[in-house]
Amino acid sequence: MNTPLVQMKDIEKHFASVIALGGVSLDVYAGECHCLLGDNGAGKSTFIKTMAGVHKPTKGTITFEGQEMNFSRPRDAMDAGIATVYQHLAMIPLMSVTRNFWMGNEPTKKIGPISVMDFEKANAITMSEMKKMGINLREPNQAVGTLSGGERQTVAIARAVYFGAKLLILDEPTSALGVRQTANVLANVDRVRNQGIAVVFITHNVRHAMAVGDRFTVLNRGKTLGTAKRGEITPDELQNMMAGGEELATFEGSSGDAV
Amino acid sequence: MSDERVKQVSKLQRAMIRPELGAIAGVVLVFVFFFMIAGDSGMFAPKGIQNWTVVSAQFAIIAVGACLLMIAGEFDLSVGSMIGFAGIIIAILSVQWGLPVWVSIIAAFILCLALGALNGFLVIKTGLPSFIVTLAFLYILRGLTIWLSITTTQKTIIGGVKQAAEGDWLAPLFGGTILTGLFQWFADLGLIDTFSRGSRMGQPVVEGVPMLVVWAIGLIIFGQFVLTRTKLGNWIFASGGDAEAARYVGVPVRRVKIAMFMFTAFCACVFATSQVMEFGSAAADRGLLKEFEAIICVVIGGALLTGGYGSVVGAALGALIFGVVQQGLFFSGAESSLFRVFLGTILILAVILNTYIRRMITGER
Repeated sequence: MNTPLVQMKDIEKHFASVIALGGVSLDVYAGECHCLLGDNGAGKSTFIKTMAGVHKPTKGTITFEGQEMNFSRPRDAMDAGIATVYQHLAMIPLMSVTRNFWMGNEPTKKIGPISVMDFEKANAITMSEMKKMGINLREPNQAVGTLSGGERQTVAIARAVYFGAKLLILDEPTSALGVRQTANVLANVDRVRNQGIAVVFITHNVRHAMAVGDRFTVLNRGKTLGTAKRGEITPDELQNMMAGGEELATFEGSSGDAV
Repeated sequence: MSDERVKQVSKLQRAMIRPELGAIAGVVLVFVFFFMIAGDSGMFAPKGIQNWTVVSAQFAIIAVGACLLMIAGEFDLSVGSMIGFAGIIIAILSVQWGLPVWVSIIAAFILCLALGALNGFLVIKTGLPSFIVTLAFLYILRGLTIWLSITTTQKTIIGGVKQAAEGDWLAPLFGGTILTGLFQWFADLGLIDTFSRGSRMGQPVVEGVPMLVVWAIGLIIFGQFVLTRTKLGNWIFASGGDAEAARYVGVPVRRVKIAMFMFTAFCACVFATSQVMEFGSAAADRGLLKEFEAIICVVIGGALLTGGYGSVVGAALGALIFGVVQQGLFFSGAESSLFRVFLGTILILAVILNTYIRRMITGER
């Protein structure tokens, strides 16, 4: 744990006249779960999309494994070992689990001169990888649409890990999930971290962050408000930082941690 | 994590949740129906079978292209105009300019592929719905075809292609028949009727398998194979299912979509060339409404208009339903305008069934 796996330095991103990011820095070590917190519009999505190669930073540097990176496409970031699981774009519901799992990385075999998809291998690996994550598929041809929201996130995480991600970016994986599904996803995040993979976990739910995070960085209005280690900060302090120091609206009978 | 609230789905029900379901049911219904009302009209005699097979094959050729394109999430409304355009190009080049027919055919294919690529490129670059872009080309190409035909020949029908194609090496690939020896043998065995008088006395009434049918079968097999067995097939599903999600995992969505526009144009050109070779002439109004008929075949075949789901075999069965009904109404002596009534009705039924099947797959409520 001496040099960080990825180091984002003074990242700025301007969209026409809007400054979405005004100099954000963040580093992530292997085997660490770094939570990125912030309210809606704080710039979380823009920041991770920069990390994932979707946006090019207007200013600032990205260093990955000690080398300065210059991603122009998501594929570049992926090839380097940065995988992103987007909340709404994780899976295609009409396609089977296998087809989704291998999308963009289809295994092929040759039948004579013709290259075809190796479904036997694809199905077998999909089933076993799902099992490791605690999902028992009825069959690999099952459409993703039949899975629950948490299971879909899990398939996407399993896919990223299987394809050799060194850094896994999770974009609000728990925000649309129920209690039990959230617990499953968080357990899988923990499992992935213990394999030595660096995790960037984006959320605006302090409790989910506290459950798995090693360090916490809070974004507000395109700027970093600071990074804290686990145990150095209380949920209430995090909550207040996310709100930008402003008092959250309270109401009579509010216990203060309603969020 | 087995969930006791998920009902066990029976094997039968699971087997039924497939895109081709509606089309299979339709084929059975249509055959039973016409067997009953036109069974003794010669519709199911060799000559009759050839008749509706050829019509179905025509539908199938353009349906395969439209199917892969629709699964990739796009439409092409310029298919019909492209059929007219390709035909006129072949006729002008070969008859008017005196170029060899094979040169004319290859030129038509190159032009069509380029137009398909242009369609795709405009859709990708502008981000406009393919509906609008290809609707524009529906008019542009049709207008251009009529203009070209009139300015070069003062006519909208150009004949004489058959004479020009005499002895050409490429033309027989689109006109003509294969397996003539086999059919002669069938005739000698008495399985197929023979002409009893005239210059073709002793020859079978059906001389062989028309190349149009061979192309249709070839394209269906090719399309189904690519879609279900290859990497490209997975990319086609992904591009239509959710282009953004596919792009984020590295699927070259743009290239896939442009390739599918080109494939659709290729199919239109196959259709046009076969028709020109069969009739020996090209007409500027050929292919009218074909784009919609292709789309209807694809939808009957179980594809979703929104993309990401469908089947080439389903689309081919949709084409078969079309061919059988269109010719069946003719054989049974019914008013042929009823065909359009049938088209509209079956389209609605197919879409309703497809929506239901999609709900079954994705568990939507």
